[in-house]
Amino acid sequence: MLTILFDGVAYGMLLFVLACGLAVTLGLMNFVNLAHGAFAMAGGYLTVVLMNGYGVSFFLCLPAAFLVSAVLGAVLERALYRHLYNRSHLDQVLFSVGLIFIAISAVDYFYGARQQIITLPDILRGRIEILGVPVGVYRLFIIAMCALIMVALQYVLAYTRFGSRLRAAVDDGRVARGLGINVGAVFAITFAVGSGLAGLGGALGADILTVDPTFPLRFMIYFLIVVTVGGTSSITGPFVASLILGVADVAGKYYVPAAGSFVIYAVTVGLLLWRPYGILSREGAR
Amino acid sequence: MTTTADDKETPATAKSGRDPVRMMARRQAWNPLEFVFWLAALASIFLLPKSYLLLNDIAILALFALSLDLLLGYAGILSLGHAAFFGLGAYAAGLFSIHVSAEPVIGLLVAGAVAGVLGFLSSFLVLRGSDLTRLMITLGVALMLLEVANQARSITGGADGLSGMMMDPILGLFPFDLWGKTAYIYSLTTLFILFLIARRLVGSPFGLSLKAVKGNWTRATAVGVAGNRRLIAIYTIAAVYAGIAGGLLAQTAQFVSLDVLAFQRSADGLLVLVIGGTGYLYGGLIGAVVFKLMHDIVSALTPQYWLFWVGLLLVVIVMLGRERIFAGPRQVVVWIGNRFGAGRRGER
Repeated sequence: MLTILFDGVAYGMLLFVLACGLAVTLGLMNFVNLAHGAFAMAGGYLTVVLMNGYGVSFFLCLPAAFLVSAVLGAVLERALYRHLYNRSHLDQVLFSVGLIFIAISAVDYFYGARQQIITLPDILRGRIEILGVPVGVYRLFIIAMCALIMVALQYVLAYTRFGSRLRAAVDDGRVARGLGINVGAVFAITFAVGSGLAGLGGALGADILTVDPTFPLRFMIYFLIVVTVGGTSSITGPFVASLILGVADVAGKYYVPAAGSFVIYAVTVGLLLWRPYGILSREGAR
Repeated sequence: MTTTADDKETPATAKSGRDPVRMMARRQAWNPLEFVFWLAALASIFLLPKSYLLLNDIAILALFALSLDLLLGYAGILSLGHAAFFGLGAYAAGLFSIHVSAEPVIGLLVAGAVAGVLGFLSSFLVLRGSDLTRLMITLGVALMLLEVANQARSITGGADGLSGMMMDPILGLFPFDLWGKTAYIYSLTTLFILFLIARRLVGSPFGLSLKAVKGNWTRATAVGVAGNRRLIAIYTIAAVYAGIAGGLLAQTAQFVSLDVLAFQRSADGLLVLVIGGTGYLYGGLIGAVVFKLMHDIVSALTPQYWLFWVGLLLVVIVMLGRERIFAGPRQVVVWIGNRFGAGRRGER
């Protein structure tokens, strides 16, 4: 029982790291980027290739995945995404679905359709007992990493100069520009960091998320759930939503395997009926 | 978004007076190009006997895109999971023909009705929240159905697909043949009838009020349009249309596989609409023709990476700007309409 809860929390934390970049682009910049999962996939594949092809340590792969995905995100943002900030949601959806399809077939072309498997370093394997509850070391590691990232994000957004610039740019881009804030650069950096975090999440979860070409499509719904249910006004909302989603998914698949992913949809629908604008947001605030 | 035919017609309607009846009649008038389009569709039955299968696919995809256009082009509802209704209709028609009656027309009505019920129920969820919530809900409903179809193996055949349908002759008169001629005529007739209904619908005061709701929710409700009810109605109607399209596929292919519910199908529908344009009903039909022909050609060249080309096409179209690409052809159509068709009708 507690083990399931623990696994669910680990899964939820991972979802949060994967989705928090989207929470920022979507929630703060109001850009519907369905292709967010493609960046996570990039991180996952990079880890697989580096570890299996070149024998790079898992711990080195994590920062590498972050950097590569961030650079990828920055390049795409400057080249393509920024032209679409003011377009309709339909255009943004079509564009990002197009990107997903390209990413899927590109990965399929280079690495094939089969699932990629990595071998975790010995130190992350096995289980230890905490207060009598057996927990996987890998999952403990995931939780620790994600908690660290969460705290760092919260700190950057709430207490640093960059955080206040970002919030200003989002609240009113014109005024922010008038005050001398380089809104384009702020958005680009945010986008890159968001993509980098997705890549990091993809690398972290390479063992439990099954890395294969359909990754961006499979997780699209999870990301959307995290962002819609969590609301878009803060980081805490998506965090809570990820945890609920992770626990519900793991518990659902364990207790009622026949229902499959049904449990999370039911939970989502319930949450949205209860708070249509997200669990932590004030009614109607957007 | 809505710099379509209507905006350009405004000066003309002002000239012919403010008579609402005449204005509505004018909106309903047929453009000569529409006759050309349907005559061409009719002619394809006789001229292209070798490609009935492809033509049948086109007709079904066109109906699916038409239903999506009702949502997107007229109500502004962005859906990522329209395949839910298509797939539900397909399974409903398939199961109905196996377990109840193999009469195709009744089967189609059942397919439409079942999909409509789901559409009606899920419309209450879709109404809540923003575009984003809608994306998630529509996608979620489709994924949920996919999960059900996959798990309920004893009923739907799961990943193996649903087979074993033997369709009776249509209305007891026209048996399905091996070359797909009956199937194509059947699909085309269904498409035409449903198109006429849709055309009447969007030209009616109901259709106008939909556009008002799409344009500005607050103002529309302020002049007394019941926005929520309009959206529920159009969502249900679109679901019925998609369900019938799915039913057509099930009956003509006599097989239903899980991919009727796949995300790919919803995305295809959107792409078709992007190619053809939204908000004038023909977008889905023209887009379906172009899309299927393209699919045919590209698959012949590189069978495996069709998905890549779809993605590239989507990105390119959006980057170049949909309005810019399709403004030219649309103006020609409007010009011909004003010059030859609607003008004469208006004088009556």
